[in-house]
Formats: sequence, C-alpha cells, structure tokens
Amino acid sequence: MARTDVVVTGIGATTPLGGDVASTWDAMLNGRSGVSALTQEWAEQLPVRIAAPLAVDPAGLLDRVKLRRLDRSEAIAIIAAQQAWADSGLGDSGLDPERLGVSVGSGIGGALTLLAQDDILEASGPRRVSPHTIPMLMPNGPAAWVGLELGAQAGVHSVASACATGAEAIALGLDMIRAGRADVVVAGGTEAVIHALPIAGFSSMRAMSTRNDEPERASRPWDKGRDGFVLGEGAGILVLERAEHAAARGARVYARLAGAGLTSDGYDIVQPHPEGAGAVRAIARAIADADVAKSDITHVNAHATSTPVGDIAEIKALHRALGDHPVLTATKSMSGHLLGAAGALESIATILAIRDSVVPPTINLDEPDDGLDLEVAANKARHMDIPAALNNSFGFGGHNVALVFTRA
Amino acid sequence: MTRDEITAGLAEILEEVAGVNPDDVAEGKSFTDDLDVDSLSMVEVVVAAEEKFGVKIPDNEVQNLKTVGDAVSYIAAQS
Repeated sequence: MARTDVVVTGIGATTPLGGDVASTWDAMLNGRSGVSALTQEWAEQLPVRIAAPLAVDPAGLLDRVKLRRLDRSEAIAIIAAQQAWADSGLGDSGLDPERLGVSVGSGIGGALTLLAQDDILEASGPRRVSPHTIPMLMPNGPAAWVGLELGAQAGVHSVASACATGAEAIALGLDMIRAGRADVVVAGGTEAVIHALPIAGFSSMRAMSTRNDEPERASRPWDKGRDGFVLGEGAGILVLERAEHAAARGARVYARLAGAGLTSDGYDIVQPHPEGAGAVRAIARAIADADVAKSDITHVNAHATSTPVGDIAEIKALHRALGDHPVLTATKSMSGHLLGAAGALESIATILAIRDSVVPPTINLDEPDDGLDLEVAANKARHMDIPAALNNSFGFGGHNVALVFTRA
Repeated sequence: MTRDEITAGLAEILEEVAGVNPDDVAEGKSFTDDLDVDSLSMVEVVVAAEEKFGVKIPDNEVQNLKTVGDAVSYIAAQS
C-alpha cells in the first residue's frame, strides 16, 4: 500500500523577529537579530542580561479576560495557531472536527505562571492563588487551548522533549495522519520563559552566552567566539494535512513533510554525544523515511544553538549521515533559542527556504570554528535550488529529531 | 455602604475578572445563568469581594450566592 503523503498547508508564528511569519521571514532573510538587553529590574543580578523577547506582545491580540486565564506560552500558541489556521483556508472547508488533531508542545511549560503565583502565595497566602493556576501551568495547556480554539476532536497531544519538542510535535502529527487518526493536525511548539529563574538555571549550567554588552552579536553558532545560547520566546505552528485531502479542496501547499527520524542518545542527561551518534541515526532515519536521495537534500536548518560542544557535534553528525554537499544555516543566530518552539519555527524557515529557493543567513559568523567543515550561508542569504531540506532539533535528555521537507 | 454601592463594587469586580458589562449587573441577575460567570471565575469574584469589602465569605456560603442580590445581602450583613 502506498504511504500516505502529508503536506503543509498553513503556517503561523510569533517570534522575536516579528509578530507573524511574513515579518519573521523578512527579518531572517535580512539577517536581523532579535536579541536585546534585558532592562527589567529582575535581570540586574543575573550573569546573563540578554534575551530575544517577542517582537509583538500578545496583549491586545487576544481578549483581555481570556488573556488573564492564559499563561504567556498558551496565549502565543493560540495566536500562532490562529494565523496558521487562517493561512490554511480550512476554516470554512467543512472539515469534520473528529478528523482534526492537535500536537503542540512546550519545553518548560507555564513557568511564568508558576513563578507569579508563587509570589502571590508567599505574599498573600493560598486563598489569593488564582483558580486558573493549574490550567495555566500544566504542560498540556497550550495544546489544549489550541484544540479548544479550533474545536479539534481527533486527539490533542503535547509531547515534551526539551529543545526538540517543536520538531517532535510535528513528527507526531505526521504519525497521526499516516496512521489514519486524523486528516489535519495543527502541530508545533511554544515557549515563554524569559524570567530570572529559568535564566539563572540555564546560566548555572554555563549553557548561555554572557555577551551582555553586545546582545545582537551574542548568538553566534559555529563562530570561534561563541559562548552559549541566547534565550528566546515565541511560538510556531504548522497545519499538516493529508495530501489527498489538501488536493481535493484545492489547498495551497507550502511543502511536503516527507519524513521524520527520532532517536535517543542513551548517553547523558544534558551533554550531546560527542560524535553525535544519536543525531546520525535520527538523520539517517528521516532520510530513509522520506525516501529521498541524499543529493536532493541541499540545505540543512541546523539545531546549532551557539554552544561550544553542541555546534560541532552536529557538524560531525551531518557529515556522517548526509555528506558534505548541503548548505547549512543556523537561524538561532537571529531568533535566539526558542527551546520547545525552536523546532517548529525552524521547520517554518526550512519550508520557506524550499519555497523561495533561498537559505537564510547565519549571522555573527565572523571567524568559523576549525571544526566547521561544511558550507554555511554565512552572514548573507544564499539563493540556490532546494528540492529537499533537513531540519535538526536536539533536546536535553538526549532527544534527537530530524525532519525532511521536500518541494510540494 | 448602601446596597447600590455594593452592587457597583461587585460590577467592577465582575468586569475585571469575567468581562461582564457593568450595565448588566443588577440584584436580580444570576451569576451563572445571566452573567455567564463560570465556577473558576466565581472563586476569583469571591476572593476579590472579600478584599474589596473587608468581609469573609466561606466556601460553604458561596453556593447560596446564586444572584447578585444574594451576594449584596451577605456582604451588607457582614460589613
């Protein structure tokens, strides 16, 4: 039996680079940074005082009363999902809600709510803690809210695999459609944890850049001067659709989600395997699943977070699994690291790279690391033919997810 | 505090917490049936009312407060 084809018919995002996909993509192609100095009082004592906040705040985009019942990660998931849904044209298509699923995850969950309500608990006692606290901080909250918003009844799921979450959520959506459980799955990731505790935690791991005096130059994947990632916030959502279903309604198709590969390192809770062994297997599985020739994969949107060890481990993995022909980019150099939303935002960038035949730049790549022996669209977008492209995402816990998109 | 003043105070809370139009708030209105205040929002209304009017509204009393008028009477008797 022929494999069920799955295509992308809608995309939505709110990111440090723009309040929607168009503005985000435009900023990426122009090599803009979304990183800025944290000027809040709570940041004064932190070793890291830079981040990539949303370009457009959710306040004003959703009803005021609704917003006070939503964690920021939930609010922006809804905003991105509304955009993707409108973009797909499915709203008035008569889609059976029982054939509509949701797969949206977050790396950390409703941490801002947890912290804010703990402040209230400490200051005013338990009776003052909001009755909306639990639905605001539960990790399935963003998926549940997106499902409610769209009336999805085929299943609402929320995977969690740290910084691989967005990509894994998309892979689960692919599985749902292939398995026949849904015709359409709204899939992606969301994250909003720019606050003192998450920053202090990552910072204590020595995982974050402390280039506080040069925010826009702090996220610099593969550059010799890189010293850690820059925390970003945002949400990215894709509408995945059974190809025949999309064709029957004459939908505009961005790209085909051709395959996914998921593996686990079994090596360390936070350190990537030094040779990227788990990543090699994930990439190989994704290529095999997609049934495309390696030579057709001419572009890779890499995970590359700007950490000293991870960036080069991924290069080794790409060499082994894919070869030396693809042109790489690390869009985190501009967006910062959106953790659980990263794989979703970068999937959108990968899809648009295929559509527009252009690789967005990796900015701040002034002095390439000696271990970088693959080609990168350094500091400037590169126009080229991209029949197929790969998007990598790796997460603390040893999660490796590779997605292959091809031209529709 | 007069009943009208308490009603006005409750209307402010209901607008903030549940987005209820203050013009819709009157003593005869039911919180759930007329004003669409769900159970979680009702908890918020009660806590905000305790703070605003300096009263205690125990959980076992809340179920008796069906209408705005019920709440006004309870608050008036306590304050």
